[in-house]
Amino acid sequence: MQYLLLIYSDESAMASATEADRGQMMAAYGAYTEAMVQAGILKGGDRLRPASTATTIRTVDGKTAVLDGPYAETKEQLGGYYIIDAPDLDAALSWAERCPGAAVGAIEVRPIWAM
Amino acid sequence: MPSRSAPSGRCKPVDAGRHAEAVARGLYGRLLAFVAARTGDVARAEDALSEAFAAALTDWPVSGVPENPAAWLLTVARRKVIDTVRRERTRGYASTHLQLLTEELAGDTPRDVPDDRLALMFVCAHPAIDPTVRAPLMLQTVLGLDAAAIASAFLSAPAAMGQRLVRAKARIKLAGIPFRLPERADLPERFDAVLEAIYAAFGAGWSEACSSESRRRGLTQEAIWLGRVVVSLLPEEPEALGLMALMLYAESRRAARRTAGGGYVPLDEQDVALWDADMIQQAETLLMHASAKGVVGRFQLEAAVQSAHAARRRTGQTDWCAIVRLYDTLLSLTGSPVVAINQAVARAAVGRTTEGLALLDRLAADPRIVTYQPYWAARAGLLARIGSTLDAATAYRRAIGLEADPAVRRFLQKRLIALEASRVRIIMTDERSGAGYVEAGHDGKALPER
Repeated sequence: MQYLLLIYSDESAMASATEADRGQMMAAYGAYTEAMVQAGILKGGDRLRPASTATTIRTVDGKTAVLDGPYAETKEQLGGYYIIDAPDLDAALSWAERCPGAAVGAIEVRPIWAM
Repeated sequence: MPSRSAPSGRCKPVDAGRHAEAVARGLYGRLLAFVAARTGDVARAEDALSEAFAAALTDWPVSGVPENPAAWLLTVARRKVIDTVRRERTRGYASTHLQLLTEELAGDTPRDVPDDRLALMFVCAHPAIDPTVRAPLMLQTVLGLDAAAIASAFLSAPAAMGQRLVRAKARIKLAGIPFRLPERADLPERFDAVLEAIYAAFGAGWSEACSSESRRRGLTQEAIWLGRVVVSLLPEEPEALGLMALMLYAESRRAARRTAGGGYVPLDEQDVALWDADMIQQAETLLMHASAKGVVGRFQLEAAVQSAHAARRRTGQTDWCAIVRLYDTLLSLTGSPVVAINQAVARAAVGRTTEGLALLDRLAADPRIVTYQPYWAARAGLLARIGSTLDAATAYRRAIGLEADPAVRRFLQKRLIALEASRVRIIMTDERSGAGYVEAGHDGKALPER
């Protein structure tokens, strides 16, 4: 089954982190991504620009409203994602647990709806 | 189709019907676990099995119970699953994943159906499943109880309970919760969740020990049965043995818990002659077997507390000193407020009432205590012991207001009246140990959710 790992964290905390801490985080993500590649389970994934760069659109009664900002204003923002192929939820959860972002924020694990 | 027992051995249709039902019921969890584990879909397995059971109940009373009823039922159920998957495939619904699984299912019916019930229990108690629905889910899938019976046991509306069960089953399928034993690293925590769910089912039945509702009374039996399944599959697991012992100790006192008129009898006033000696013996054996493993755990400690209570049957005395020691260990292990309440009462029973009250005072900050009856009953009992009758009466009133069981309510009201009478007479008698205290935790009084 394919799962989407959504990485949520407090952007402002990351922005105010020291250069060394940020470097350490980047290195940890590099190693994590590499481990998923080596395990042959990584299907895709990217880091996202901060939520302040988000634009949200919604069409109501045929009229499209364009809003400056993310869909939901929350304390933690979506910062990136991975798509993995795992045999079951437990396997997906154990990968989510290893994600460096789990230590500073939260990882939402969602099964992908196979079409 | 497998061969049947000789027609000469056939019983009368009514008996045969009943026999078929008993055989079918005994096989339910095992068959459901087998089909669900191979399709990853509990609801589909339930549908297939209910058709197989319906077929059996029509066929067996007439043709006799087959020699291998499990294989018979499984053959019908598997055919049903394969049919529905094929139908979905032609409409383009079935995922390749399900098709692959179904192909595995389409092989020969094994003579001995592998027992996947433990894996099924781990699915029901998976961390991705809402903790409050784990016990109901286990009762439905492993024991085949219907949603209405489960709803009544857990004091919820049948429709609401049905919906929660449906949602949980959809979650198992869609999120891909695996039907297998967890990895070694996760095993202890996951196993605790399984035992917790079984104990929750037991608690739901226990709280209504003498109610006229046989459904709820039956639930303690069902939980004991689940416990036996776990012990039979993992006979060396100390906590499983501990839970089993704990449930048997509690169950052994069933007949003593109410008077003939339905009045509530607190543990320390129960007639020990009414305790079930066989059940206590079974519990003692299980607990000894568990403690020989040398790994202490919550359920073993709670069972040991019950064993110290059971000692009154032989010696005429409850071993309160042992109980205080056990609760000390239990409290440091779990930090549970329910344990702290019991510990406070135990301290009072060995003459350390002020210490007990200090323990209770420390709990007062916990917001859940506000609506937790055993806390107020314990507080009332302890305050009465030190002669704070006014405060004790206030606490009794709180407890009375929070109690849902009329028999316990009447019991607490009697205590309050006795207390007020003693205040008028200004006679302070030494109350009997533990009096007025409604066993926390063992009376199915789980702490309310935060």
